[in-house]
Amino acid sequence: MLHAPLWKKILVWAIVAVGFLLAMPNLFYAQVEARNDAADVSTKAGFVTTEQQEALDGWPSFLPSGLVNLGLDLRGGAHLLAEVQVSDVYKARMDGLWPEVRDALRDKRAEVGSIRRQPAPEAGTLRVELSNPAGMAAAVEAVKALASPVTTLSGAGQSDLEVSADGATLVVRLSDAERAATDQRTLQQSLEIIRTRVDQAGTREPTIQREGADRILIQVPGIGSAAELKALIGTTAKLTFNPVVRRGSAEDKNPGVGNVSLPSLDEKDVWYTVVEAPVVSGEDLTNAKGDFDQNGRPAVGFKFDVSGARRFGDYTAANIGSPFAIVLDGKVISAPVIQSHIAGGSGIITGNFTVEEANRLAVLLSAGALPATMNFLEERTIGPELGQDSINAGRVATLIAAGAVSLLMIASYGLFGVFAVVALAINMALIFGVMSLIGATLTLPGIAGLVLTIGMAVDANVLIYERIRDELRAGAKTAARAIELGFERALSAIIDANVTTLITAGVLFVLGSGPVRGFAVTLAIGIITSVFTAVNVTRLIVTMWYNRRQPKTLVV
Amino acid sequence: MAWRFKLAPDNTNFDFFRWQWITFGGSLFLSAMAVVLWLVMGLNFGIDFKGGTTIRTDSAVPVDVGAYRTALEKLPLGDVSITEVFDPNFTDDQHVTMIRIASLDEKLAVTPEEVKAVEEALKAAIDPEMKFPSVETVGPKVSGELVYTSVLSLVVTSLFIMGYMWLRFEWQFGVGAVLALLHDVLITIGIFALFQIKFDLTIVAALLTILGYSINDTVVVFDRLRENLQKYKQMPLRDVMNLSVNETLARTLMTSVTTLLAVGAMLVFGGDVLRGFSLAIFIGVLFGTYSSVYVAKNIVLMIGLDRSEKAKKTGTPDKFAGIDA
Repeated sequence: MLHAPLWKKILVWAIVAVGFLLAMPNLFYAQVEARNDAADVSTKAGFVTTEQQEALDGWPSFLPSGLVNLGLDLRGGAHLLAEVQVSDVYKARMDGLWPEVRDALRDKRAEVGSIRRQPAPEAGTLRVELSNPAGMAAAVEAVKALASPVTTLSGAGQSDLEVSADGATLVVRLSDAERAATDQRTLQQSLEIIRTRVDQAGTREPTIQREGADRILIQVPGIGSAAELKALIGTTAKLTFNPVVRRGSAEDKNPGVGNVSLPSLDEKDVWYTVVEAPVVSGEDLTNAKGDFDQNGRPAVGFKFDVSGARRFGDYTAANIGSPFAIVLDGKVISAPVIQSHIAGGSGIITGNFTVEEANRLAVLLSAGALPATMNFLEERTIGPELGQDSINAGRVATLIAAGAVSLLMIASYGLFGVFAVVALAINMALIFGVMSLIGATLTLPGIAGLVLTIGMAVDANVLIYERIRDELRAGAKTAARAIELGFERALSAIIDANVTTLITAGVLFVLGSGPVRGFAVTLAIGIITSVFTAVNVTRLIVTMWYNRRQPKTLVV
Repeated sequence: MAWRFKLAPDNTNFDFFRWQWITFGGSLFLSAMAVVLWLVMGLNFGIDFKGGTTIRTDSAVPVDVGAYRTALEKLPLGDVSITEVFDPNFTDDQHVTMIRIASLDEKLAVTPEEVKAVEEALKAAIDPEMKFPSVETVGPKVSGELVYTSVLSLVVTSLFIMGYMWLRFEWQFGVGAVLALLHDVLITIGIFALFQIKFDLTIVAALLTILGYSINDTVVVFDRLRENLQKYKQMPLRDVMNLSVNETLARTLMTSVTTLLAVGAMLVFGGDVLRGFSLAIFIGVLFGTYSSVYVAKNIVLMIGLDRSEKAKKTGTPDKFAGIDA
């Protein structure tokens, strides 16, 4: 008689049953996916349409509805790895600081003489030349007063500006602590904005995550191409209102310090020289929407927040009669002349927009501008047909592999081989069950991991069966004893062999990315479930068979 | 006794050291050859490691690589390589190629405009209905880092495995196992260099998998060796090793064959995208089996074991017996 405590029997079969239950939705992938999508949409919207209700009814609600996510390489879609140019923000900070520095130094004019901003080669520095270097100490003192403490935990106690003297030049530099804090904020903002923009496109389950210090990984299944995705998120949509210095017919090679020459968006050979520091910018917007001007042409309506409205109001009041430029991503959309004091802080932007362009611009503006430009380091587009082909090929390969391995196991171990095949089937179900439960992503290499698991999973069974044969040959007292010894003595080899593979899967997960990581997950889950099925499930099956049949002799 | 299919007869008694100058020496020679091939011919790196763009084309018109080349010649591009792809899963009017282009300036990524130009040129010259099921671009900055992480992951994995083997066995076993792994990986790389098969990130994943898989066989042999060392305290090390390998031979062959069957199915039916990956694992498993029989234990024998010290780690085989799974 072989013994297996009742609790253990119940536990093992319960795990197997739960595994099957969790894996089952994957057999009805399209149905369950439709239900989940409908559930997501209707919860967000707060009501259910008839179509959604149909989709919801397509899968009983008492059954689990978790699915194995399909990776981009199986579903098709676009993948981008973007590097955020964090130094853009340093530059913007310095441009914003310049008027303050100028004002502070003007107050000390008697000591420092006249001042001139000089070009700074390094982003995040501001260089100001003094005509009277003797007043440098006073100048440094005055500018230092503008600094404020860094507000992060790690940078606490440090100032955000470092002020020093370089001959007759005053150098203001963003401190390292402030740079780190700025980078953190820039990345966070970029992530949020990208998320908003991608969500507005309404695609399913996009992955948007930070990678390393200054990178963002964006994966959007179902989108046509990486170019399309870039059009959606890649434009910074940085809107600024800048004072116009002059208008010309060619690029101004020498616009003067603090000024910049920008081309017009739709007028050929028209360039505007504008003051680089904006009066108000897109960040001051509370709202933007597609609109029409008085002539019925598409336009973008906008509204400033309180401080933006005040600054805009003050500026327009003081500069009636002079033009100001509306600048989007480095191009001048239009440069109207200020007719009157614009109070209330709302207005419209007109240009040669189509209705779609106006709407898209409004969406981009209300999501906020990306704080910095992005460089795309990696772009991948995978068509949905290629993904489907890969799934089909993977399915065929898996079935053939399972069939071939099953045949070999049964030919080699007879009835015990059948037990191993049953355990293998349970193992497959458990892998899908666990992956659905944790919402893991199946990638193309992941399918390879699955097929590999089929080959390797029976390894534990082989070890046990060979050991039972050894024990029988060595003259174990009874058949039951041989089985027990076989299971016990094979265990150390099984554990050692699988721990090493688990180590590999761990390294692959930590250092790998994308599809390779999917492979690591599948491999790791496969190892754990295969040890469970080979050791616990097979043992239980063998025990049940043995106790029922009570064979006198054992043939493995 | 019922009939059973057997890969190895019962109670074998081979002397696995008998031809060691051929078997072990052969392994050394092959490993050295692999390194030479690697250094002389170089690896055919994919865009993951070299940067650049791959475009997969799919057309109903049969592929004439020359025509593709002519179509792209006029474009200002860097290195262009065009390979036709074959797969049993393709339909009759499906003709697929992989085109790899490098940017004119090695330091820059291929731009979307360049990709567009390639697509337009191919559509104009070959087939206006041509489809591009996948387009992938990797910039030079990322590819450099990927090389670094790949090498790092191989080294880290090897160290972890060596550490684990040291923990569970003697250090000699760890060294033997890792050198045997190195042999498997080197030979796989050598074959990739010899046939200039595309070497990308998935191949590195495959190499890591080989590390994890191949160690299995070695561990099983070592596990039996450890057990037998206790059982037969007076038997010469070489004989204990032979006995252990013979005892585990049936299992070693069986596991390798099941894995090869599965990977073989993937190699033939798993689609062309995964072919390189499957091939690497197939080669690795083949040599991994060989090395666990003919390489790993030879190294342990060469280093020698201090068997008087064995007492220290006794009881290990039974450590898990109490768990009562």
